[in-house]
Formats: sequence, structure tokens, C-alpha cells
Amino acid sequence: MFSDWPLLSLLIWLPIVGGFLLLLIGERSPDGVRFAALGISLLTFLLSVPLYTSFDASTAQMQFVEMQPWIAAFNINYHLGVDGISMPLIILTTFSTLLVVVAAWEVIQYRVSQYMAAFLILNGIMVGVFAALDAVLFYVLFEAMLVPMFIIIGIWGGPRRVYATIKFFLYTFLGSVFMLISLIYLYIQSGSFEILEYHRLPLAMAPQVLIFLSFLVAFGVKVPMWPVHTWLPDAHVEAPTGGSVILAAIMLKIGGYGFLRFSLPITPDASRALDWLVILMSLVAVVYIGFVALAQRDMKKLIAYSSISHMGFVTLGFFILYAIQENTGSLNGAVMAIEGGMVQMVSHGLISGAMFLSVGVLYDRMHSREIADYGGVVHSMPIFAGFMVLFAMANSGLPGTSGFVGEFLVILASFKASFWIAFLAATTLILGAAYTLWMVKRVLFGEVANEKVAALQDINRREWLILAVLALGIILIGVWPNPLLEIMHATIENIAQQAAGSKL
Amino acid sequence: MKTLSLLVPLAPLIGSMIAGLFGGRIGRRGAHSVTILGVAVSFVAALFVFNAVTLQGQGPINFTLYQWALSDGVGFQVGFLLDNLTTLMMIVVTFVSLMVHIYTIGYMADDEHNWPKGSLAGKNSYQRFFSYISLFTFSMLMLVMANNFMQLFFGWEAVGLVSYLLIGFWASRESAVYANLKAFLVNRVGDFGFLLGIATLLMFAGSMDYMTVFGTVKQLSEQSINIFGSTEWSVITVACILLFIGAMGKSAQVPLHVWLPDSMEGPTPISALIHAATMVTAGIFMVARMSPLFEHSEVALSFVMVIGALTAFFMGLIGIVQNDIKRVVAYSTLSQLGYMTVGLGASAYAASVFHLMTHAFFKALLFLAAGSVIIAMHHEQDMRKMGGLRKYMPITYLTSLVGSLALIGFPGFSGFFSKDAIIEAVKLSELPGSGFAYLMVLLGVFVTAFYSFRMFFLVFHTKERMDQHTKEHLKESPWVVTVPLLALAVPSLLAGVLIDPIVVGDYFKQVLFVDHHHAAIHHLTEHYHGVTAFILHGMTALPFWLAISGVATAAYIYLLHPEIAAAMKTKFRWLHAVLMNKYGFDDFNQRVFANGFTRIGGMFSQVGDRLLIDGLVNGTAKAVGVIAILSRHMQTGYLYHYTFVMILGLIGLVGWIVFSG
Repeated sequence: MFSDWPLLSLLIWLPIVGGFLLLLIGERSPDGVRFAALGISLLTFLLSVPLYTSFDASTAQMQFVEMQPWIAAFNINYHLGVDGISMPLIILTTFSTLLVVVAAWEVIQYRVSQYMAAFLILNGIMVGVFAALDAVLFYVLFEAMLVPMFIIIGIWGGPRRVYATIKFFLYTFLGSVFMLISLIYLYIQSGSFEILEYHRLPLAMAPQVLIFLSFLVAFGVKVPMWPVHTWLPDAHVEAPTGGSVILAAIMLKIGGYGFLRFSLPITPDASRALDWLVILMSLVAVVYIGFVALAQRDMKKLIAYSSISHMGFVTLGFFILYAIQENTGSLNGAVMAIEGGMVQMVSHGLISGAMFLSVGVLYDRMHSREIADYGGVVHSMPIFAGFMVLFAMANSGLPGTSGFVGEFLVILASFKASFWIAFLAATTLILGAAYTLWMVKRVLFGEVANEKVAALQDINRREWLILAVLALGIILIGVWPNPLLEIMHATIENIAQQAAGSKL
Repeated sequence: MKTLSLLVPLAPLIGSMIAGLFGGRIGRRGAHSVTILGVAVSFVAALFVFNAVTLQGQGPINFTLYQWALSDGVGFQVGFLLDNLTTLMMIVVTFVSLMVHIYTIGYMADDEHNWPKGSLAGKNSYQRFFSYISLFTFSMLMLVMANNFMQLFFGWEAVGLVSYLLIGFWASRESAVYANLKAFLVNRVGDFGFLLGIATLLMFAGSMDYMTVFGTVKQLSEQSINIFGSTEWSVITVACILLFIGAMGKSAQVPLHVWLPDSMEGPTPISALIHAATMVTAGIFMVARMSPLFEHSEVALSFVMVIGALTAFFMGLIGIVQNDIKRVVAYSTLSQLGYMTVGLGASAYAASVFHLMTHAFFKALLFLAAGSVIIAMHHEQDMRKMGGLRKYMPITYLTSLVGSLALIGFPGFSGFFSKDAIIEAVKLSELPGSGFAYLMVLLGVFVTAFYSFRMFFLVFHTKERMDQHTKEHLKESPWVVTVPLLALAVPSLLAGVLIDPIVVGDYFKQVLFVDHHHAAIHHLTEHYHGVTAFILHGMTALPFWLAISGVATAAYIYLLHPEIAAAMKTKFRWLHAVLMNKYGFDDFNQRVFANGFTRIGGMFSQVGDRLLIDGLVNGTAKAVGVIAILSRHMQTGYLYHYTFVMILGLIGLVGWIVFSG
């Protein structure tokens, strides 16, 4: 029944229009705003479900395609569509927004309508980024995304929010400017802004390298990759809980998505020539950032660094195929690596969201993110502690949770490229467990640290619901990742073929 | 049969979920009833499976439950392999688990005293404990029943998770939550190797499935892999050593043994179940399961044997100086795991698995007996404050005696058969390192007998050293404690006769592969003439006399001349200090790894991120600001300034056109 609906447009415009309507209501009725936001985000989420149920997994073709001329003079179109890599990320987006709205229920008392509106609008824009098949549309939405997040951190953020927002904005903006130049160059070469057209466009090595580097900067900042990652911990620390959740769960994924949608298919030869650079940056992310995370005293910073480290697996998985081909003479393993990276993205969306929400639960009660202010929380919040241990284990990549699947596939595949790459990547087994569980030990276990901890109230029903839904998702993907992998197979095989080919 | 075999792991899982999620509602009775029911169902189902697969000869059965993932043509399944090794392990695991479940009713009866006042975590701790041990049973069964490496790794880490939860069960104790973090991380070091081993096999064998991988072993042994520069390593050696690193973590072999003694911070029932009988033997099981691989690498086998030998002897030595009753048993476990590992290295897989089984019975018994003593002593674990308990606790005393005799390998007791088989196999082994290993395991026999009976005498004999209050309350433990002790004493005493089918018979013929070059165990078979002859032969052999002298020495020192112990302590102060420091492993790890790593992290964070990267970024931002301030001076607003600059520019431009053209 949904096949003739403009589902993607609905998913983009419903939350955006809804968000602006909330702004019109203003602060007169906070509860009304809350329920309206809940309704809109729930409807958006429900509308995204048919993307999965009606998805044809047997093809790499774009589905749910919508096409309208936008600026005919430059051949710019309102062109939307999804395939096996964008579809799961769109559902993750609508799902996360729903959680954020529920999570804000009593916590946000200041300018409720604006808060809710910002997240709803952001939801629409992010869906648009994943669905856009026109380069201009993509670029516009890619930049537009910054505005609501800038506002979210800037208004509801912590004491150093001005520094954090400016750093966040400049970093990501600077990255995308280079991408714009590349997109314009590609337009000049092809006469089109169709992203899929760029996949087929022959390019010489020199332009490929420049385009590749511009994409690397744009998406590398978003992921973020070492050494352009330092904006993330600052942004997370200052952002309100909801901002952190969306930032970690979705916005970082746009970087990873960009590598698959743009870098590998558009510049395969440059990717092959410069894969070592990405692999190096990824391994530094896993190992070096793992150590940095170990030294953090602020829970949110620790999770932020852990995000960077986990995203290292994503970029490693995406770019390891050339090394595999070099070492074994075949592409066997390339698809496993990319699929591992994709699963890692989805899984990290759930786990980092859950971790940030857990910290939010504590922060709402204690108004501190310092690990040293806690200790023995399990004695006053046993149910919460149970959830947090589960999420921490998922963050450490325990089999049976989603955190395991992606890392497992990427490590298995990268072994085919080199023993030492797999060796360094696998150190996350130790480092990831060390920084996560050490934090858990200091926060949850031990004797009750102080009076404030002793007086903590365990999670309420609303918080329980959010954490339980996330826990369910994390375990479900961990116990049975196949349904998630199945929808990606055709698309990722296609990407691997494109990436392994040559445009010279 | 498939449905029945699924019941084996799933029944404990269901029990665990009910007790864990609804513990508050169903209460203590509900929680222990449902979990015990789950494990009992599991045990009975395991017996049926054993009957069908092993006795009726319907096995091996190999089937897939569902496809976990399919990626790049590689299938990852959740599936089960039921053969003689699996069924044996299933029975051992479910039986010991059932005993421990029942015992726990008594041991954890007043657990609320172990929690600080007002702790909500202590409210349903009893139910939670039952949920955890049932969850452990599920995980362990998934591990032993797996038919592929993915599921093996799942079980491997899942038992690690439950071990983590249970060591740190009393979450308010700093030592407990230190120990569980340490246990998890040290195990992760092992798992790190294990995962790379699996990756090696996937790369060269192209599958996760045991049987497929075993089928390609010929090709594997001919291929090589470059690791350091251009040195060529046999794939099979690399894979086996990496897998064995996993086993070193789980089965606590030197130098990854450091977590096991600390794990004694957990409640005693789990020390018996997890840290003696089952989980720690996962590594032994795994190597035996992988015998078709290990048999193709003598380098790996030698490595296994030497590591095992070091563990067997040197960890036993530490047991001599311990005063905590649980720690003595813990070091004894380390040492016995070393014996099993040595057996694996000598290709005597059957003997090692046999020792695994007998050890599961007598070591669970010893731990539970120690727990019974601890209950009677009001949670005092220091043996210096015990003594003379024999007359207060007759059942615990007798069952402890059975356990200790089995442990030292006294002829006729179960441990005698299994340990002797291993020692014989090492003696006959021709691999590099086997001479050293033989010496270690022989000396180990004396050490084992000495520390076992030192403990036995200090606890049950010698004069009563406890305070008056404790003494007045001394009594035998309730039936939920003593029945499991008696139930475990039976196989500790009698399971030795199973040497006939298991070690020298062809019980494992289809499962454990032994290369004809490593046929030490075949010699054993040739010289085996029944149980009685084996006992008689054992009584004339060196290990028996070493054990006897160990017991005699312990009796002489601790029963007759306690002053010798004190004198020895002062005379060999340096040795005592070395042993008390456990050879310095803990200090080293704490200083180099724990502190070192956090310091490196701090340095990276401060210097790398803050100083260099952010310094550069903020520096750039500042530079932009400075340039802006400077360039602002150019916008003066005076017309003559602008005119002047324009004229200069015009002159420059004209000049450039003229001179360049």
C-alpha cells in the first residue's frame, strides 16, 4: 500500500513542517508541545518502517525514488531514493529522534517548543541527507544540518557551549567547503548533479586524488577521524543529552555514509592509491584514541572518545578492500569488511545513544559528569545499573550484543589484508573493555561514594522504557544480525565492484 | 533428538531469565525453584542425549539451528555438534551445576548480611545470584556444544561475562570489583589472541565450521604466512598458538593466570562451579576439540606443554604459603589446569579431558567443602584461625578427605588414574621440552600432596585456634550443603574406573585425533591391563612415592612439629617472600600495564590532543584573529589612503604589463 506514496518526502517534510508548527505554538503549552512532538516523531518513525518492510533486497538499484526538477537551469533536481546502505540509517534516524523526544520529557523545561522543534527539523534534514541523490540537494542539507545542532548546543548546552559550538561549526563547515568545490568540478565535467551519474563518470588520476582528498576532509571531520576529531569531545561535553545522542548516533554516520556514497564509487583509483592513509588514520583512531579514552575523567568525554575509536572500525572496514586484494589477489573479504563497517555504524548508533542516555540519567540527578563524583550507584539504582552494565558490555564488543558483530566482521576481513592490521584493530578487545569497564567500576560499583549518591532515585518508567527499547535492539542485532545484513548485500556488492574497478 | 539437545542449554537460560527479570515478584523460593528445575531438566536431557549419541551410537549429530549471519559467502551459524566429547562435557557441566545450585540455597541463605545497609542492590541479590549461575550454565553449554568457531567465541566470552558479574557479585567490596575488572581484562588479552586465531583459520580455511576447517588441515599445514618481515610461519602453527593464547586466558596458564586467585573474591559456589570445575577448563576442552589442528604443529604442542608445565609446578608452590583456605584451593586449581595442559601438549588429549572430568568432581567438592567450613566459621577464611574441625563437621571432614586424596592422586581415587595417565604420557613424549615438563609434573606431585594435606591438617586436625564465640556456634552445615558434598564425593572416589573406556578405550576415537608420531598414549594402552593392574603398577611408580612423602612431610610438620614451619619461614625468608609475592606478576602487571597504560593515555590526551592538535586549531583561530586586527588598520576610511593604495596598485600593474610583455 505504500509503494505509491512519496514516503521519503513525507519523512523529510513531516518533521520539518511539524517542527515549525511547534515553534508557532511557542511556550504557551509545554505539555501540548511535548505530546505534539511525540506524535510527529512517532508518526515519522512509523512511516519509515515500510522502507524496510517493502524493501527489495535483491537489487542495488535505488528504491522509493522521487524526482522533480528543482532548478532546471542548472539541471538540479529534487531527486530522492534509498538503497541498502541509506535505508537502515534513515530508520535509525527516525528511531533516535523518537527516543530523544521521549528522553526530553521532564528534563527539558526551558524553551520546550524550540527544543522539540530543533530535533524534529534536524530529523527531516538528516533523512534528506541520506535520501538525496542530487549533489546540490545533498550539499544543502548537509550544511543545513549544522544549524539546528548549533542551536541545540548553543542554547541548551553547558558552560563552555560557545567555544564548543564555534569549534563544531567551523570544523564541519571548513570540511564541507572543499567538498563543494569537488561537486562543482564534477558538475562541470558531467553536466549533471546526479550522484549516480558521478559513479560512472571517467576521471583522470590527478582530479581523482584532489576530489578524494576533499571528500576525505569533509567526511573525515564528520566521522570524526584522527586528527580532526577534537571538536567531538568538546561538542559532546557541552551538548544536552539529546544533542549528544543525535550527534553520536546519526551525525557521525553521515561521514561514514559519505565514504560509501561518494569516495569509493566516484574516486576508486585515488582510493586505491591513498587507502593507506585512511587505514592509518583508522588504526590510530582505534589504538591511540583508545588510550586517550582511558585517561578521561568526564563520562561524556570518555564516551565521545570511545565513539571515535569505534568509528575507526567503520573507516577501516570501508577501505581495507584494496589491501585485501593486494595481499590475497582476490576481492574475497571486501564485502565482509564493508558490511562489518555498516553494521558497526548501526550498532554504534544504538550503543552510543544508550550510553549517552545513561549518562544523561545520572546527570539529571547529580548535575555532574565527573566520574570521581560517583561510586556505588548500584546500591541506589540497581535497575539502572543493570542497563548500564549491559550497554557497557555492548560497548566493549561482547558477543550477543550488536557491538560485537561489526568489529568481528571487520577484524576477520582485515586479517586477510595483513596480520598486523588485524592485530592493531583487535587491541580494541582489550582497550575498549578497559576504558568502558573501568568507568563502570568507578561509577556503579564500590561503596556508596557520598550522600548524594545514596539519595539517588532509580529510573522512572519513562527512562526504563527508553533504555529497555535500546537494550532490546542491541541484543536483537547481536543475536541475529542476518536481517540487517541481508538488506545490504546487493548494495554493498555493487559498491565493492565499483570501488575495485578503475576509471582511468 | 535435536529438540531434546536444544533443551539442554535453553532450560537454564529460561530459568535464568525468569529469576533475573521477575526475581522481585517470584521471591527467593520461586527463583531457586525455577532455576534448579531448569538445570535439572538440562541434566536429564543431557543424560538422554548421552544415551542416544554415545551409548546407542547415533552420533555424532551435527546440525544448524539458524543462520546468524551470511557475509561475503561465509556463513556464520548457530549450530550444535553432539559427539562423545560434547556429551561428556554436557553431563559434567550440568551435574556440577545442579549440585552447585542446590548448595547455593544454603550458602546464600543470609546474603543480605553481605550488603551495606540500605543497599537496594542487596534486596534481590539471592534471586540474582541464581539467575547468574543459570546464565552461566547456558553459556558454558553453548560453548561446549558449538559446531563452529563463532559460537565457540560467543560461549567463550559469555562465560567470561558471567564470571565478571559473579566475581564482583558483592559490588560494595572494593577488592571484589577490582578482581572482576582484572579477570575480564586478562581474559580479554587471551580472547584477543583467540580472535586472531579464528581469523587465521577463516582466511586460510574459508569457513567457521569445525568440520570444514578440520577437512582442510592438510592444505593448512603446507601454507605459510609472513608475520615478522619475511620470516615464514606455518599457518597451522600460528593459528594453534593464537588459539592457545585464548586458552591461556580462560584456563589461567602462566602468564595469564593472574586473575584466577583474585577471582576468589566471588561467593564460594561460583568458585566451585566457574573457577574450578567448568569455565576454567574451557581452554582444555577447546584444545582437545581442536586436536586435528594441534596435531599438525609440533611447535605449538611444545609450547603448550612447556606453558602447562610451568603452571603445574610454580603455581602449586604458591599454594604452600597461602593461609586463606579458598586461595589454597585456587592455586591448586591453577596447578591442576597446568597438568591438563601438559597432557594436551603430550598429545594425551583423552587423558587431559579425563583429568578435566575427575578434577571437576573433586575440585568442586573441595571448594564446596571449603565453603561449608567458611559457613561454619562465620565467613572466616584464614586457616590460622581454624583447626580441629573434624569433630564438629564429620561429613565435611570425610568428603574433604576424599577430595584431597583424589587431588593428590592416591591410588584408587579418581585423580590417580587421570593424573597418572598424563604423567605417563609426558614421560613417553618425544617433543622438545618434554624432559623439562616431566620433571615439573613429577615435582608437582610432591607439592600438590604437601599443600593439600597442609590445608587438610590445618583445618580439620591440629588444635582449635578459633575464638570462643565461633567455637560455640560450630556445627555441621545443613543438608542442602552436605548432600551436594556427598553427591560429588561419589564420582571423586569412583570415576577413575572410567579410564578403561575414556583413556585407553576408544571412547574418543572418532573425536580426538592423535598423529601416529605422537603416540605416547598408545604405549599407555599397550601396557594397560585393567584397573587393578593399573593401581598396582601405580603403587610401585615414582609419583605415588612422591605423593606419599608429600603427605608425610605435611603430617610431620603440621601435626607433630609446628615449630618447623615457623623455622623454615625464617630460614628461607627470601623464598617465602617470592612466593608470597606470587613471583611479582601482580606488581609487574599493576605497574607496567595498569598504571603504565593509564599514564600513556593521560600523556596522549594532554600532549597529543590538547597541546598539539587543539593547540594547532586554537592557534589557527588566534592567528586569524591577529591578522584581522592588523588588517583592520588598513580600513582607515580616509579617502587619501585609498587613493594612495590605488595609485600604487595601478603603477604596479602597469609596470608588470610593460616589463613582462
